[in-house]
Amino acid sequence: MPTYRDEAIVLRTQKLGESDRIITLLTRRLGKVRAVGRGVRKTKSKFGARLEPAMVIDVQCYEGRSLDTVTQTESIDPLGDRLARGIETWTAASVMLETCDRLTEEREPALQQFLLLRGALTSLAGAVHDPNLVLDAYLLRAMAIAGYAPSFHDCAKCGAPGPHLAFNVVGGGSVCPLCRPPGSAAPARETLGLLSALLTGDWVIADASDPRHRREGAGLVAAFLQWHLERGLRSLRMVER
Amino acid sequence: MYEGAVQDLIDELGRLPGVGPKGAQRIAFHLLQADPQDVERLSDVLLAVKEKVRYCERCFNVAESQLCRVCADQRRDQSAICVVEEPKDVVAIERTREFRGTYHVLGGAISPIDGIGPGDLRFTELMTRLASGEVTEVIIATDPNLEGEATAAYLSRFLKGMDLKVTRLASGLPVGGDLEYADEVTLGRAFEGRTLVHV
Repeated sequence: MPTYRDEAIVLRTQKLGESDRIITLLTRRLGKVRAVGRGVRKTKSKFGARLEPAMVIDVQCYEGRSLDTVTQTESIDPLGDRLARGIETWTAASVMLETCDRLTEEREPALQQFLLLRGALTSLAGAVHDPNLVLDAYLLRAMAIAGYAPSFHDCAKCGAPGPHLAFNVVGGGSVCPLCRPPGSAAPARETLGLLSALLTGDWVIADASDPRHRREGAGLVAAFLQWHLERGLRSLRMVER
Repeated sequence: MYEGAVQDLIDELGRLPGVGPKGAQRIAFHLLQADPQDVERLSDVLLAVKEKVRYCERCFNVAESQLCRVCADQRRDQSAICVVEEPKDVVAIERTREFRGTYHVLGGAISPIDGIGPGDLRFTELMTRLASGEVTEVIIATDPNLEGEATAAYLSRFLKGMDLKVTRLASGLPVGGDLEYADEVTLGRAFEGRTLVHV
């Protein structure tokens, strides 16, 4: 059986049989893989604690026909342990993990998504910024990497230089008066500025933003994400805004 | 594919948790070859469990009357409530014979990724029980995984400010293991929850 070793982030776990779990991992080199963790639900499991969501691990697996099997793990950064100590951080982390699971394909390398997710989880655990801002920044950047970057300045349809007042989820972001489809949102100029700052990583602007604009921006990000993922995220409904 | 009733039985058994197609086939053929009385007893038990078993009105453990065996027992300490995720956790704690209080079964753990939030669990019912003022201690005994940890964190915040002693089950090293094989998270928790031997 061929084996491989890689750095990975645990995206999710599902119970399997009496004491096993199916572990979905985003690895640095191989992309998303699904592997069985044998006996990890037993209290005496040697690596059960490392195979929990949001844990960053060094993992060794052997390849199987449909699922791989985890043989060894070492902890690199037990981020999940810190994130689970607060309901806000745990919910935000869950949304990130679910989004990453949906945006990546099995066995397709996704280094940028891996690095982004690790950075976002680390930032969330560090508690330097508002967890909801970190979440929105992650969602915008994850979508941008996946090819769905929204425009917050120039018109997403014709490219006319902005700023524009209308925002259309289906149209891809800000739209000019000529391209504006019916039903477009008209967010505050500061909201679009905040979203642009989150996308580019300008935390000075983001941290100084008004809660009203944060809420409005979060609504736009959620709508944009759900439109492109086609199916709603279960965890996103749990985020308190 | 088998014909009629045999295939129906295999299909139904295959829907049970942990039973795959091969296992379902093996159980179906075992039942086919078993004594009719044995099969009848099994079907009676299956029907009885659906007819008789319900949730305890107080703690939401499985029960055959309005109250479960623990809640109905007057000798139990009504001032301590142990909060668990599932009814099977009650059985696990009862086996220890260490706890003489009552339980509260939440019905799961907070798991945003599975769409389970605090509103889906029995936190409100717990608050109603605590409002009586009889309870002085709440022991949080959710699973020692991250979902259980998040649920415990939520619950402890929920209970903050109430005149209650709130404790969490200790987590750490399993009895019978070697320290060198312990993972960092477990070992870290063991250090956090270390007990004083003497000053």
